[in-house]
Amino acid sequence: MTVVPPREAPRATGRRRPSALASWALAAPFALLLLGTVLVPIGYALYLSLFTERLSGLGFDGPRDVFVWLENYATVLTDAAFHEGVGNVARYALIHVPLMLGGALLLALLLDAAMVRLRQVWLLSVFLPYAVPGVIGGLIWAYLYSPNIGPLNDLLPWDPLGSGGIMPSIVTIATWQWLGYNVIIFWTALRTVPRDVLEAARVDGAGPIRTALSIKVPAIRPTVFVALVFTVIGSLQLFTEPLVLRTFTGSVTSTWTPSLYVYESAFISNDYGRAAAASILLALACALLSALVMRLSARRSR
Amino acid sequence: MTRPTAAPGRTSRWTSRGAVYAVLVIAALYSVLPLVWLLTSATKSLGDFSTTSAFEFADWNLWSNIGDLFAAEDGVFLSWVRNSLLYAGLGAVLGALICAACGYAIAKLDFPGRRVLFAVTLTGVLVPTTALALPLYLLASELRVVDTFWAVFIPLLTNPFGVYLARAYAEAAVPDEVIEAARVDGAGELRIFFRVALPMMLPGVVTVLLFQFVGIWNNFFLPLVMLTDPELFPMTLGLYQWSTRVSQFPDYNPLVITGSLLAVVPLVIAFIVLQRQWRSGLASGSVK
Repeated sequence: MTVVPPREAPRATGRRRPSALASWALAAPFALLLLGTVLVPIGYALYLSLFTERLSGLGFDGPRDVFVWLENYATVLTDAAFHEGVGNVARYALIHVPLMLGGALLLALLLDAAMVRLRQVWLLSVFLPYAVPGVIGGLIWAYLYSPNIGPLNDLLPWDPLGSGGIMPSIVTIATWQWLGYNVIIFWTALRTVPRDVLEAARVDGAGPIRTALSIKVPAIRPTVFVALVFTVIGSLQLFTEPLVLRTFTGSVTSTWTPSLYVYESAFISNDYGRAAAASILLALACALLSALVMRLSARRSR
Repeated sequence: MTRPTAAPGRTSRWTSRGAVYAVLVIAALYSVLPLVWLLTSATKSLGDFSTTSAFEFADWNLWSNIGDLFAAEDGVFLSWVRNSLLYAGLGAVLGALICAACGYAIAKLDFPGRRVLFAVTLTGVLVPTTALALPLYLLASELRVVDTFWAVFIPLLTNPFGVYLARAYAEAAVPDEVIEAARVDGAGELRIFFRVALPMMLPGVVTVLLFQFVGIWNNFFLPLVMLTDPELFPMTLGLYQWSTRVSQFPDYNPLVITGSLLAVVPLVIAFIVLQRQWRSGLASGSVK
């Protein structure tokens, strides 16, 4: 009774589910890349972070990898240079994150206001720095800050490349680079706020500032939180700008941020165990912070 | 009731309009002036560069600066241009295709391991590039491929965020009925992807391609770690290396500045021409 009549067989095969093999053929190239360039390197770094190079015996056999448990992590976590780098990144983030998101939000709200003309021109001009590679952005600003070359050294009341001015100088570069990117993201999100809600607010007598703060900003809160996550992760990884400025000033040390610390331990001190441990710690910090921000955003938007 | 106060209301509207434009002008100047400086400086001779003021055009030396740039160190700059185009061009096309295939599979096909793959991909989005560069270097040195084209090219193909976007595009743009119909017609899964789904996802895939191109063009840390042979450098790394010499050899100043201009101009033009494309791309990336 349950035997399928032969005539219906073609339709049955026509409705077949895709074979797992064919599906994996499409997914495999990326899966392999992810495995080979993300998962395996992380695993290898974890492994390496547990070893250190020591001279064996009397030193006649040359250096040997010795399993040291978490010693490399302890070394990094108690290293004054690492602490200083973490402190720098924390101070940097405290200035950069509010400045970036506040500035981008303000510009997006202004551009969303009805009266502004030439909107495309404003959007494009603030977005242009995003097209500039980070190294080149760093170089341009390094010249602008340089005495005898750039105008900023004379214009600013402080020395932009001196030890006191270097932090605002680096914040200025990074904010310049990413401001327009966030403006565009916020502005496009603002466009999706229903116009009849805004119209209702206007009829109720809310002014543009009131509307912006009570309706528009809450409406795009999820977008702002995503931008917050990316800005925070970006801050933790601060590397290119200080590295480029290092050439122009002695105010930036070789371990000025945790990323520079990783670079220094690997390529100047050739201590791969310590460098791997610092890399893992950096990745963990990024993961924890983004999980934290996500969690906060989930709670807030409820 | 508000009629009598119309006059003061109007003046306050004028002042607020003035305030709005003041903020916009400041933001625009902050964004554009450094690029104007790059343009004016690239046209100056080494002498004028240190004696004339920052934003003025002195004697027009751009062409001779460009000539010097391409002649310096046996024309290594040309190799950097070629390498950047190769890394970014080929990497973007191939990477976008790989992202599209995987995103489509995750969105539209039911296969074992699909959920795990997506979860790992999302984790991949959050792994910071600077934390990954060193492990990649160590692995590459274990495999003895450090200082080769592939050591830079292959890791740059991996774009978890691109897969995330491609999945969203496939979800939105490719109806299940169309795939079903193609199956009834007897088309294989690969054929369905290339002939049916990919064309429907094309605007999204172009967006992924665009951003991957910019990402690779701007990339710096990975080449810095992987490469020592100047012949393999992309423009960013090459210019950085030159910049580390300027304090000792001022002759490198015009090379660095003119080279920077040439590295920036193509992308600036591309962004002006493709405005609509990248703006919609950014939007779909940010709104979940």
